[in-house]
Amino acid sequence: MSLIDVENLTLQFKTDEGLITAVDNVSFSIAPGEVMGLVGESGSGKSVTAKSLMKLNPGNAVYAPESRITLHLDNGPVDVMSLKRPRDMEVVRGGSVSMIFQEPMASFAPAMTIGSQMVEQLLIHTDMSKKQARELSIEMLDRVGISDASTRFGQYAFEMSGGMRQRAMIAMALSTKPKLLIADEPTTALDVTIQAQVIDLMKDLVTDFGMGIIFITHDLGVVAQTADKVAVMYLGKMIEQGPVREVIRNPYHPYTQGLIDALPQLDDLDKPLMPVPGDIPSPLERPEGCVFHTRCGKIIGDVCRTVAPGWSDTGENHRTACHLCHEGQSA
Amino acid sequence: MSTENLIETKDLSVGFPVGGKIFNKSVLKAVNDVSLSIPRGSFFGVVGESGSGKTTFGRALLNAAPITGGSAHYEDGDVSYDLGKLTGSELKEYRRRAQLIFQDPYAALSPRMTVRDIIAEPLEVVGLCNSREEVDERVREIANLCRLNLEHLRRFPHAFSGGQRQRISIARALVSKPRFVVADESVAALDVSIQADILNLLKSLQDEMGLTYLFISHDLSVVAHTCDHVAVMYLGQIMESAPTRQLFRSPRHPYTKALFSAIPSLDPDDHGKAQKLEGEIPSPTNRPTGCQFHTRCPFAIDLCKREEPRMETCEAEHSVTCHRWRELQLAD
Repeated sequence: MSLIDVENLTLQFKTDEGLITAVDNVSFSIAPGEVMGLVGESGSGKSVTAKSLMKLNPGNAVYAPESRITLHLDNGPVDVMSLKRPRDMEVVRGGSVSMIFQEPMASFAPAMTIGSQMVEQLLIHTDMSKKQARELSIEMLDRVGISDASTRFGQYAFEMSGGMRQRAMIAMALSTKPKLLIADEPTTALDVTIQAQVIDLMKDLVTDFGMGIIFITHDLGVVAQTADKVAVMYLGKMIEQGPVREVIRNPYHPYTQGLIDALPQLDDLDKPLMPVPGDIPSPLERPEGCVFHTRCGKIIGDVCRTVAPGWSDTGENHRTACHLCHEGQSA
Repeated sequence: MSTENLIETKDLSVGFPVGGKIFNKSVLKAVNDVSLSIPRGSFFGVVGESGSGKTTFGRALLNAAPITGGSAHYEDGDVSYDLGKLTGSELKEYRRRAQLIFQDPYAALSPRMTVRDIIAEPLEVVGLCNSREEVDERVREIANLCRLNLEHLRRFPHAFSGGQRQRISIARALVSKPRFVVADESVAALDVSIQADILNLLKSLQDEMGLTYLFISHDLSVVAHTCDHVAVMYLGQIMESAPTRQLFRSPRHPYTKALFSAIPSLDPDDHGKAQKLEGEIPSPTNRPTGCQFHTRCPFAIDLCKREEPRMETCEAEHSVTCHRWRELQLAD
């Protein structure tokens, strides 16, 4: 049984320039213990999609009525879309779903110690006493590899290095034992050496805690190392999804292929770097038809410019939204 | 100095005073005794973690960080400058010849200036053109080289995507026809699909304008693809320096090796068998004794804790700062 089901999620932002579609008819589900990599360029809507799961988007966000997000908890399913009051949201926010943000400096309150922030959330979400919460927090800090955890517990975010802050962030997110963890570019701001440490840590934690993870990143190498399955987004649309080996070894969609070709690889230094031509269009000027057609090198005529492609099976559990699938030709 | 090198540094150090009070004043050495030669026309890479001093090194070569020890020389045809002692008109001329491309194209462009004014500003500051027409002509020329539409020149930066902004930023750096360009993490803020485009652009501009780049990056795979020569920095010192292919084929320093093995592989079944680095880069105010890297080095012995290794040449153009480079077999 899946942990979370997202069906037909569509989200628009009301702005002065008009309605901007940030997420367009996105569906996926995650099983307990499964890691889904959500990949795309900036502006592809990956963060907005993840934040929707906790309804964390700003007030000008409009969810389409057919959007469904169902979280399967121990005591029955929760329809996230129907939660209105902040009190009801507590079940989801920080309770069964936790989030790790990209910039650990910006996501800790600067004037509170790391420890008091960790204890605060535990007091809200569990019925622990202050003493228990403190003990658990120190234990979690220790668990994520922070040495001298009880001293660190009393320190402020600015006293820690980037890698340590991100570890503390992970410890904090996991201390409430969430069912689902959303990690929004958790390693992007870190050095490669520290990134490797954080990735290893997260892999260990998945095995220990058995939670589902949505791992948002633009780095396909990080996805290959962490995820079980991958979903690729472009301009708010999900364009390809499938098991990680399938998608990385046999990418079907021209955009996924482009992303992989653009990646500098160490085993072949002579291979020229192939950028995906053009720039992401402004969200105000969303292309008609297939959203990728303005940059696609394999366009097959007017159908790409006018008709939005539906899903086609391109392998086992591997789906792609591209007109090339119907042509019966391999892209 | 040899005529092939555009820039040569000898024991270059950059220090910043820290601690306000008179008695606990100390000097933080961000760059510590760096000796490097940057050949003319090369794409010279500097890699390292944050806090390794790579940015400060780049800035020192642009005369934008105080050189507190050693020397740096710039030599190009009939001009030769000692970068520690530039003043007046010499400094102005050096500013024209040496330019910087910043990391974040969203922060580097003034939102209140049109693209034309942004690109033209260096010309006006250095006083390179005599008339407005001449400036416009030069701006159009460089915009063309950087694949910007002439249409774009009248707009403001907010109308552009990250990749386009970085092209504007490059056009601004190159408009004064510099000889030496420091590109400080110039693709780090960009998406992969755009990153390749900017790297290709930098390469083609190098051929067209005869530039020499100092390319600062933390991303080894980007460096591997663009640079001819790479220097690896750690805590303000050069740990290893070699032609790119040689460095990647046979790294000699354990730190270089560790940096390579930290790169996430695109193959889901390859989990990086090589050693991973524990811990983090120490603070430069509290440097380790002996070899700077010994606190994280899996091969450290007593000697490494006691004595600082010197940079040694192990092959032509390949030098390494490690006590044990002769005995360690790092290449796989």
